[in-house]
Order: sequence, then structure tokens, then C-alpha cells
Amino acid sequence: MEARRDIFHAIADPTRRAILSLIALQAMTPNAIAEHFDSSRQAVSKHIQILTECRLVKQEQQGREIYYQFNPEKMKEIDQWLEPFRQMWEDRFNRLDRVLHKMKSKKHGQ
Amino acid sequence: MANKTIVTAPEGKQELSIIPEFDAPRELVFKAFTDPEIVVKFLGPARFTMTIEKWDMRTGGSYRYLNSDSNGNSFGFHGSIHEVLYPERIIQTFEFEGLPESGHVSLDFMRLEALPGNRTKVVMHSILPSVADRDGMLMSGMESGMNEGFERLDKLFSQNLVR
Repeated sequence: MEARRDIFHAIADPTRRAILSLIALQAMTPNAIAEHFDSSRQAVSKHIQILTECRLVKQEQQGREIYYQFNPEKMKEIDQWLEPFRQMWEDRFNRLDRVLHKMKSKKHGQ
Repeated sequence: MANKTIVTAPEGKQELSIIPEFDAPRELVFKAFTDPEIVVKFLGPARFTMTIEKWDMRTGGSYRYLNSDSNGNSFGFHGSIHEVLYPERIIQTFEFEGLPESGHVSLDFMRLEALPGNRTKVVMHSILPSVADRDGMLMSGMESGMNEGFERLDKLFSQNLVR
């Protein structure tokens, strides 16, 4: 994972999540994206820049316009995050297993 | 011995499921998930100390707890209890207080199924407001995935830290 511009950083911001939802449906120009937000064009453009740096968004030149499109391949990195999440819960449940084991033996002992 | 947990998180959906099985009767597993003294023994990640501030595990109740690390960082979690039906169901909300804005709440359904041989299957099903929230929840595993810490604590547990 890159230092700061990782996928987590990218989707940590609600505006960036909204931008991703927009362009997931269809590629859009920066102007068309900015129209959906109250924030300034510059602010939206900064968000797009971060998404591009994270490679969640790809640029495509069509004639004179630049279109931004969603990069689903990059989003697949989230699948790889499933494993630590599963591991985290499995570790908790392994601890719970031991607690339950103790609770059971205590009960039988009484 | 090791717990085999099934985790499913379909791509592009707002939900996720965590399904563990335990070698203990349903009443005992239910107690483990609702008794605060037991909850602190397994729910907090190993490098954090889990402190329960409020734990009113009844229909209409609520809870709040803090996970604190040794550097003085503290992370709050809270939620409302929608329904507690002994020994089969708990429905609650869950929110991590460390996000830039509030409102990213998860609705958690927990169902306990009695299996033959005094075993219990727990089906935990969470629904989040958006796919990004769901994915963010999955990524939280990254921060807690400090396996050395977990392993150390596992050892403590197996050496009778628990009464």
C-alpha cells in the first residue's frame, strides 16, 4: 500500500464516496461531477485528484473533454481487506471459545 | 480448537455476515455476549483495554464502551439496543465515534441457533447505510489485525487468566 494515498484514505471522505458512486454509473467530465456538489469546483477537483492518485479513478480523453471513470480493479483491493477482518473476528472468537470452555467447566464443577 | 468463522461480504452490497460456531450451549453463548464482565474478555482488540461505560443490554437499552491503547488514544463505540430476546436474538445499532462525521451506523442482527451436541451457531448480520460504509467496516480489520498481540493474549487466556 502507498504511504498516504491508499484506498482507505480515498473512501474515508464522504464527498469522495459520493463522487465514486456518481462515476460508477457512467464516466463524467469534471464539470458534470462538480454540478452535483455544493462545494467549490476547486474542492471537487482536489477530491478527484486524490481519487486519481489512488487509482480509483481513471482519466480518459474524449475529443476535447476529459472524462473520469471508476476503476473497479482497484476497488477489488477491498476484497483483500476481508481477510484481516475475518482474522480479527476469528481471534476474538478463539478467545471466547476459551472463556466458554472455562464457564462450562465451572458449571460442571458446582 | 481454533474457531472457524465464515465471513461473507458480497461485492457492492451494504451488508456483511459473520458466522462463528461455538462448542457450548446456546444459553451460555448468549450470556457471554450480554454479560459485560465476559464481553470485555474477548471483544476488545488485544492491544486495547476495553472499558465499558454503559451496558444496558435490554430491549430499549443502550451501550457505550471505549477501547484505549497504551499511548493514551481512546476510541468510543456506542449503540442502542432494539431487542434482546433470550436466548436467541439481539438486535442493536453500532457506531464508531472516531469517524469525521456521525451517522455511519450499522444495524446488527445476532441470531443464536442451537446445534446438536450442545453446540451453538451465531449468525451476525450487519447492514450499513452505504456500500462505502460497509467497505470501511471491513477495512477496520486492518487496524486491529495485530496478530502478535492477539497471540500473546490467547496464551494468557489458555493459562487461566479467566477465573
